[in-house]
Amino acid sequence: MQLPEHLTIPFQLILPALFAMGLLLPFKFLNTRKGAWIYSATTSTISFGFSLYVAYHFNWADPGKLSYVGTIPWIPGFGLEFSYGLDSMSLWLVLLTTFLMPIVVLGSLVEVKGDMRTFHFWLHILEAALIGTFIARDIIFFYVCFEFTLIPLFFLIGIFGHGEKLKAAKVFFYYTFTASLLTMAGMLYVAWFNTTLDPAMPELIAAYETIDLDVPDDYTGTATQYAQETYAGHWTFNIKALWAAGRVMPLHMQILVMLSLLAGFGAKTPLFPFHTWLPLAHTEAPTAGSVDLAGLVLKLGPYGLLRLAIPMLPLAVLAIAPYLGALAVFGVVYAALVCWVQRDAKKLIAYSSVSHMGFCVLGLFAFDEGNIGATGAMVYMISHGLATGGLFLCIGMLYDRFHTREIERMSGLAKIMPLWAFFFCVFIFASVGLPGLNGFVGEFLTMLGTFNSQEVHGKPILGPWYAIIAGTGVILAAIYLLYLVGKIVFGPVLLPHWEDTGETGIGGKHEHDLSYRETMTVAPLAVACLVIGLFPFPILRSLEPSVEAMNKAVNAQIEVENGEAVNEEAGVDGRIGMNAKPPRRQDAKEEAWWFEQQRSIDVHNSDGHNLQHRDAAVTLDDNHIALLGYMLEYLQMQEEDTQ
Amino acid sequence: MTSLLDKLVLLWPEIAMLIGACVCLVTGLSGSQTLRKATPGFAMLALVAAAALLRFVNPHHDAGYGSGVDPHHFMQLGGMVGFAKLAVLAIGLILIMVATGTPDALKQIIAADSAEGKAFEPGDCYRGEFYAFMLFSLTGVMLCAGASDLVWLFLALELTSLPTYVMAATSRDKPAAQEAAVKYFFLGAMSAAVFLFGFALIYGATGFTEFGPIADHVQTVGVSPLMMMGVVLAVVGICFKIAAVPMHFYTADVYEGAATPVTAFLAFVPKAAGFVSLIGILGLVGWGHSNGGTATELPAALVYLIALIAVVTMTVGNVLGLMQQRIKRVLAYSSIAHSGYMLVGLLVGPVAAQAVSQTEDTLLSNGLAAVLFYLVAYGLSTVSSFAVIACISKPDGTEVETYDDLAGIRLRHPFLAAVLLVSVISLVGLPPLVGFLGKLYLIGSAYSAASIGSATAWVYPTIVVIMVLNSAISAGYYLRIASVAFFGEDKQQTVQLKLPVRMWGATIAAVAALLLGGLPGNLLVESSRKAAEPKRAVTPPTRTVPDNPAPTEPKLRPDRVTDSVDALR
Repeated sequence: MQLPEHLTIPFQLILPALFAMGLLLPFKFLNTRKGAWIYSATTSTISFGFSLYVAYHFNWADPGKLSYVGTIPWIPGFGLEFSYGLDSMSLWLVLLTTFLMPIVVLGSLVEVKGDMRTFHFWLHILEAALIGTFIARDIIFFYVCFEFTLIPLFFLIGIFGHGEKLKAAKVFFYYTFTASLLTMAGMLYVAWFNTTLDPAMPELIAAYETIDLDVPDDYTGTATQYAQETYAGHWTFNIKALWAAGRVMPLHMQILVMLSLLAGFGAKTPLFPFHTWLPLAHTEAPTAGSVDLAGLVLKLGPYGLLRLAIPMLPLAVLAIAPYLGALAVFGVVYAALVCWVQRDAKKLIAYSSVSHMGFCVLGLFAFDEGNIGATGAMVYMISHGLATGGLFLCIGMLYDRFHTREIERMSGLAKIMPLWAFFFCVFIFASVGLPGLNGFVGEFLTMLGTFNSQEVHGKPILGPWYAIIAGTGVILAAIYLLYLVGKIVFGPVLLPHWEDTGETGIGGKHEHDLSYRETMTVAPLAVACLVIGLFPFPILRSLEPSVEAMNKAVNAQIEVENGEAVNEEAGVDGRIGMNAKPPRRQDAKEEAWWFEQQRSIDVHNSDGHNLQHRDAAVTLDDNHIALLGYMLEYLQMQEEDTQ
Repeated sequence: MTSLLDKLVLLWPEIAMLIGACVCLVTGLSGSQTLRKATPGFAMLALVAAAALLRFVNPHHDAGYGSGVDPHHFMQLGGMVGFAKLAVLAIGLILIMVATGTPDALKQIIAADSAEGKAFEPGDCYRGEFYAFMLFSLTGVMLCAGASDLVWLFLALELTSLPTYVMAATSRDKPAAQEAAVKYFFLGAMSAAVFLFGFALIYGATGFTEFGPIADHVQTVGVSPLMMMGVVLAVVGICFKIAAVPMHFYTADVYEGAATPVTAFLAFVPKAAGFVSLIGILGLVGWGHSNGGTATELPAALVYLIALIAVVTMTVGNVLGLMQQRIKRVLAYSSIAHSGYMLVGLLVGPVAAQAVSQTEDTLLSNGLAAVLFYLVAYGLSTVSSFAVIACISKPDGTEVETYDDLAGIRLRHPFLAAVLLVSVISLVGLPPLVGFLGKLYLIGSAYSAASIGSATAWVYPTIVVIMVLNSAISAGYYLRIASVAFFGEDKQQTVQLKLPVRMWGATIAAVAALLLGGLPGNLLVESSRKAAEPKRAVTPPTRTVPDNPAPTEPKLRPDRVTDSVDALR
């Protein structure tokens, strides 16, 4: 039995929302803590099951194309609609969302004081909002869900958090809300710009032709014609229509829009200077909130960049990629150093998120030829969600037992809680990037991508230096995470004194190993870490086409820029640089040849009389014949290339 | 029918309201207590009757009446009248629901009612007046919307305002209410003097008081300095009604002093009157004219003036709102800020809609439609937030005042807390509530205005950014309301007043704010578009896939892109 295609995804979205409404029904068993908890665990598992069904029927043969496409009208007069579709990027993130939900529900039986109903209500709403963001094919739908994630988290942190929960909730909301308002202004600006476009504009047609547009089945013309009729010059918020509109913007406008998008997505990611909300929110949130924040909500930032900013604004992206890369690298190292000096285990994990998400941004803006960096960034997002989620859950379990998270106050837990120590170490190694676990795949690929970053005007966009400095972040991560393990897990036994054993107490003791429930919470995460670490290829292979589609415009722009660049260097006759790419320099000899050849052009152009170039002091006679030889060689090479 | 009766048809709703007001005055003094207590019911009946007359009998609704009677025919915006009247009636109904019980709580009236054994003392009871004044004030707004003459407009504005002074004074037993009323009255009188002076200058500059001839005169001889002076004074004077800078000083004090249901009334009704009047006044000097002239932007000086007022108003409202400790003052400053947002739509006007495209897609680019839409969105959200506050009181029976008094109402009154949450989220402008659509509408229209390509084009994108930043600031205090209501400790032991009608009023407004953000929002979008659409524009074609599937040549509009790009540079 299969649901109609276009209804599958809305069902996946509505399912958690319906389950949330179910919590409001006046059933008596929902009033008890256990009752609400069992209800929520069941319903979130059902959602996960349904997403497996969605994944099963997904079009794996062509994962870059949108499946399950559909549209629900909202305000047609404004061009507002809820249109949705699923490609492999969205699918993996939806799977991650629905997978983490039952886990956080399982993990939050003890910690949550107070109204269980409210807690699980907001948890389900958060799930729905996240799914909505990942499946959106329309920027307003995207923005609606993107913003709506704030409200459940605001309440989850504000009601059920610890310590300075109110301040944390407000800072979180205020910070990200402000940032994403700017994002909305930017997106509306593009939408407005689209209404001013002429459908016959050649650049626009060219842009439409490179985009895999979604055309209704009953339309008989070509996709470009459809776009010209329905998108250009009309109010539309279709993401792909706005990609095209963004691409025909001049550079300075693209940069303005890019900055506004960066405000929202960068604050969510969080990119280095905008990360200040994160440690507080993560630390004071309940475990479930921290896991959802780190595992899912942070992913909205890079996802938004990859889905909206990069395909929409290729010029601006290329222009500011090095700066973003620098910020990301700085963030990686800075946050890693901050981690090193933390005393609160949860805060340490929170800062490590800042450091790790830096790799993600680095990968996204690497633009190497095989899109390895961006694919790696996507994988990194998924594995970071699993590993950091696991770490937060482990720390949460400690807090349930000892009501403290201070590293100094406990040690030697491996002797008392061996099972806990095992899982904790698994997640730590996954975070550190030990080969064989999931963290390694993403980290390696993003660094590889950064290293192989393509060149524009002869300079790599990011290049080896970025990779090398970010690499120190990896080393620092190993240091601070293993330091944490060494302090807490190993060494002489030291337990913080705490009278109240609470509900976790087994046999009246608080220092007991994991219960079945707790094992069930972390075990799936550990298994997922291992599976992705050992067999990353299914994910990578399915992600590649989607990521390639997102990076297409930027890659094309790189080709164009390099073509122009060579033409400029080739001087008046442009004889040499007709190829779009400069010849790749493989060795020192070729490097020398390239240099000579550059100079030879100047020499030729000046014709020996009007020597204004600074290399012109070199006498012609010395090198003239040798240079001519190189020239001939080069022309021959070119002919071979074209053949 | 004679022509007088023809014209009188237009006033049937207003006549129904006045009859209703008279009935309220009578029943408020009736010997039977049941009848006295039923007074708000009669007021509501009058509103429903007026709405029915407007909808089914009055040709206003479709703006299909001849040009001779169309008060705004010089701008071809007759559709606005019906929309504004219907919106005011609908929200007025909610306002009366919220106001039920307000006079009943006054000591004097309680004494008059419960005079056991003695005869009822009509002299002590002013319940009837309270509801009658509400109806008078609402009638004033309706007349403002239909005004086609400066004198009429002035009288209608005064009819809106004068009852509110009395309502503010008599709504509470506290001296604060009287103080508020006196402040409100004196400042209101001053503002009336200012805009009346403006009207006088307009008359002096053109020699007419009717809108149509004034607009024609302006079109032929241009905007003289005297005329400009008059318009500026009129605009600044009317800023009092919409609580915009520089006439906003009374707002916080008056809103705080009056009883909360009356505050809700003050936060919507005079604003509605102010905005429909401003549309009329500004239409005299811009936006196109009766004899088919092309749409023109407002004169540059006015663009700068209104942009300045808008920016300062929203910033002052939000920044000062952030500093307040008392809920009603917070909401007062929030209402100032919202006036600032709406002024952006007024600044854009219907011109952008015509400039962007002559035949299609006037949606999301018409500033006037955005203002009308936002007025309803704001009205619903703000009325429901005030109504929730009016529904609860401190244990000693006094109104809740500070954030602390509101703390923890989630635990005690979960339903009211949910209603408050919905209205506050809508005021912030978070999707998918109606407040979000309103902001989207305003921002969309402001962007569109940038494509007109005049010298003032830079104003519009700038103002969008300022507006967005202001929304961010406003989130600070709205969020504080939501967070004390939901996270605070229940220290005050607030009690819920036994006024089911008032609670229903709050609920209806919040549910409307919720629903209008979704599919039913189309109704409001469509009607506000129709209302603000200049009549000569062709109705936009539906954007469905054409029946004839043969690929058609896309329509060419060669100059548009370069024009708009140039304009931005």
